[in-house]
Amino acid sequence: MSILIYAEHDAGQLSSATRSAITCAQALDGPIDMVVCASDCASVATEAAQIAGIRQVFTAQANHLATQPPEGVAWVLESLAANYDYVLAGATSHGKNIFPRLAARLDVQQISDISGVIDAQTFVRPIYAGNALATVRSHDAQRVITVRATAFEPIATGGGDASISPIEPGSDSALVEHLGMQLSGGEGPELTTADIVISGGRGVGSQENFALVKRVADRLSAAVGASRAAVDAGYITNDYQVGQTGKMVAPKLYLAVGISGAIQHMAGMRESQVIAAINTDPEAPIFEVADYGLVQDLMGALQELDGILAESPTPIGESA
Amino acid sequence: MKVLVAVKRVVDAYVKIRVASDGSGVETANTKMSMNPFDEIALEAAIRLVESGQASEVIAVSIGPDAVQEQLRTALAMGAQRAIHIDASADLEPLTVAKTLQALCARETPDLVILGKQAIDDDSNQTGQMLGALQGWGQATSVSALEFTQGKAVATREIDGGLERLAVTLPGIISVDLRLNDPRHPKLPDIMKAKRAPIEALTLSDLGITANQRLEVLEVREPPTRTPGVRVDSVSELIEKLRNEAGVMP
Repeated sequence: MSILIYAEHDAGQLSSATRSAITCAQALDGPIDMVVCASDCASVATEAAQIAGIRQVFTAQANHLATQPPEGVAWVLESLAANYDYVLAGATSHGKNIFPRLAARLDVQQISDISGVIDAQTFVRPIYAGNALATVRSHDAQRVITVRATAFEPIATGGGDASISPIEPGSDSALVEHLGMQLSGGEGPELTTADIVISGGRGVGSQENFALVKRVADRLSAAVGASRAAVDAGYITNDYQVGQTGKMVAPKLYLAVGISGAIQHMAGMRESQVIAAINTDPEAPIFEVADYGLVQDLMGALQELDGILAESPTPIGESA
Repeated sequence: MKVLVAVKRVVDAYVKIRVASDGSGVETANTKMSMNPFDEIALEAAIRLVESGQASEVIAVSIGPDAVQEQLRTALAMGAQRAIHIDASADLEPLTVAKTLQALCARETPDLVILGKQAIDDDSNQTGQMLGALQGWGQATSVSALEFTQGKAVATREIDGGLERLAVTLPGIISVDLRLNDPRHPKLPDIMKAKRAPIEALTLSDLGITANQRLEVLEVREPPTRTPGVRVDSVSELIEKLRNEAGVMP
């Protein structure tokens, strides 16, 4: 059984989700090859080749692959797929965008976002935003799979010496023109990959009060999140929304401030390693899932938190 | 421009789902069902295109048992010009849905297909991309802003860590994300009118599609529950616990 992994990259580096997909692939027991699609593959291919257990790295290098477009990348993957029993990627925005195109071309029913491997054809995947777990068995001859990154520890670079070989990159489909990217840099870490997320709910009370949530988040190098209630109340825009119809997060620490714990919200953060909650209502459902709960007036608690963190800030070079 | 929108009947987003005790699936009997929220956003986007004169017609399609006609009536009440019900079982896989939509595209020749980025029941996030591949069309998924210029769909996509802007040649596929719009609530007279509106009926075999199961669901169970932890009495105690006990705060 052989495995092909799509080496997704981000700013010239192999993505952490791809490293998680490699860990997942190790449970499938077969030689693992990888393929990089980029306008300049060298640094990502070198990084991939140095991972222990990788047999071979293919590089499809062409300008039209620079932004990892689904039309072009699916073409490259399809050109290699006949030699593999499994094709895997991280279930990131790239993986989700590209892989169903490949699956349809191969006439395979894709298995999305797996969080566990039972055996060669049986997998576990969350459904209903993680409110249920389905065990599914694939009856296809080939398997096209995306992997939930938070379910598998990313593999580190080192100990590998795979060969790197260029392959035919195909040509631009010309179906889609890339106009530009706008990365949300500068405003703290990205919500879905941050180690710490501090989310505010309706209890925060106003847009102005949310500035205090942001200040506390800055002190912890944390990302800011919000409940749908806070978004609906106009305190913050909906790109901060955590929950079933918003973003799914699984940080090391999720601090919920003034969030009651609606089902839709909990669906988006229940896989967090540690959940802490501050709420004025001792009966709030969020306390049923919180590892640490504090019943206190929110603004007072946030000001106190801000004050303590200002006095004993994060030691330099140390992180959670 | 003719726009096709597919809508799925799912357990309402505000209902706490119940996993069947025998592990066979999620209970849907006696459960409030609604249009998949992302599909509502897709439909709203399509209807606005008609209202602004950029599209001539919105066709809403739903694939499933008779019950999906409820969601098609909602689609008509919101403003879709036509509704098509394709009779099928409720648990079709995304690849079968994509092939069914492909066959429908051959009959209806839409210039644009707008879909929700995923259904909130099985969370697959596949159908739009699969349809794109089957049709040989370009795609923009998870779209949060959309406009049309010179025969192209100019779409802003939500990606990990930011936004990406694409110009998709038509015909093409758009799958929509939460931020694109706030879907309207249909007005009572429109709801009444939609009750009497015709719904076109097709079957999978009319379209030459066979529903075969490639991904068998063996078991559905509850996720491991989190147990309530401890109550702390002060902010300083909370910080102390998070730093020294849990080791998750610097």
